Amino acid sequence: MNFDESNHLPLFEQVAEQIEAAILSGAFPELSQIPSTTEISKQFQINPATVLKGMNLLVDKQIIEKKRGIGVFVKQGAKQIIQEEKRTYFFTQEISQLVVEAKRLDISLAELIAQIESGYQA
Amino acid sequence: MSLTVANIQKSYHKQSVLTDVSIDFKEETIYGLLGRNGAGKSTLLNIISVRIFADSGSVTLAGEQLIGNEGLQNRLFLMSEDNLYPKSMKVNKIFKLTAAFYGGFDWELANHLTQAFNLNPKLAFKKLSTGYRSILKLIVALSVPADYVFLDEPILGLDASHRDLFYRTLIQTYSDRPRTFVISTHLIEEVANIIEDFIIIDNGQVIEQKSGEAIKQSGATISGTQDLVASFTAGMDVIGQDGLGGLVSYYVRDYQAQAVPEGISVSPLNLQAYFVQITQREGEK
Repeated sequence: MNFDESNHLPLFEQVAEQIEAAILSGAFPELSQIPSTTEISKQFQINPATVLKGMNLLVDKQIIEKKRGIGVFVKQGAKQIIQEEKRTYFFTQEISQLVVEAKRLDISLAELIAQIESGYQA
Repeated sequence: MSLTVANIQKSYHKQSVLTDVSIDFKEETIYGLLGRNGAGKSTLLNIISVRIFADSGSVTLAGEQLIGNEGLQNRLFLMSEDNLYPKSMKVNKIFKLTAAFYGGFDWELANHLTQAFNLNPKLAFKKLSTGYRSILKLIVALSVPADYVFLDEPILGLDASHRDLFYRTLIQTYSDRPRTFVISTHLIEEVANIIEDFIIIDNGQVIEQKSGEAIKQSGATISGTQDLVASFTAGMDVIGQDGLGGLVSYYVRDYQAQAVPEGISVSPLNLQAYFVQITQREGEK
């Protein structure tokens, strides 16, 4: 995990994002226990209330669950939820930014597609 | 059971040190008290913990006056820069004395921290270095059964590893037994994410009381060429500026996210930069 103060996102959302990234990468596999609020809080020196707020975002999204007295676990199907969310973001945000930037640089659609194709072949 | 500081005034030799200071400290919250050298932070903390008296104003805990109420005063603890212990008193004797005075002491935590920080409990206070005096005082502050713990420059003289250990220890003990901590420090960036609410004092007055997140979300650095930046920031609350050649950066408070014209870049204003801008004096710019 890595927290960036130049990031516009509120810190608790960054906490949620970092946990999601760890689940997506397989560092926190589904059904496994993840570090506690206090552990994350200590490691990154972030206020426990902020970490808790970030974790609660993921509880609401059915990505993690708290088992009373035991700890916090990644839910089955968490990876798919995150992947779908990231895909939506990719199509609605990143692609449109890419197109805006391509137009600004006078890159034609054909050129852009050719570049993307070569990227897939590499 | 909040701790309320209301309309505190304090002068020394006709010179005003604190002017109409009012702060409400919530339960179980970690606060940062920031201010320039001489802003009045230590005076305020000394008044809150009844080591000195204000000229006027009040400090109440759950509505009751602290002055004259020893039981209530014991629910507060101030770790200060002043060295209040007898010079020849040994570390473990200091722990015992504190335990007797406060009617409770977390010996398990104190012993654990004494080992973790590698503090020799048999040494006399006067034999301790500046850093170890801070460590001793910190251990005492974290081990007393107070609900409001004020830490005035807690990391004075601590090396980077010991500061890191202190921040982790603070979070652990706060999680184990939530209580209010008020930390006064000049190393702003190190505590920026640990603190929930910031109180900024300047020239004896509270000039800002906000959550760290609110400060981060409200401040912005607007950079670009002089003309563009000046017209873009017209009407905004500009709290400072820097320039380098034809490029300038304006620091803005209460920035509202909006479409940014070509040639202008907007980035968050970190807490330290925000603090420097709002407390800067003429001649420092």
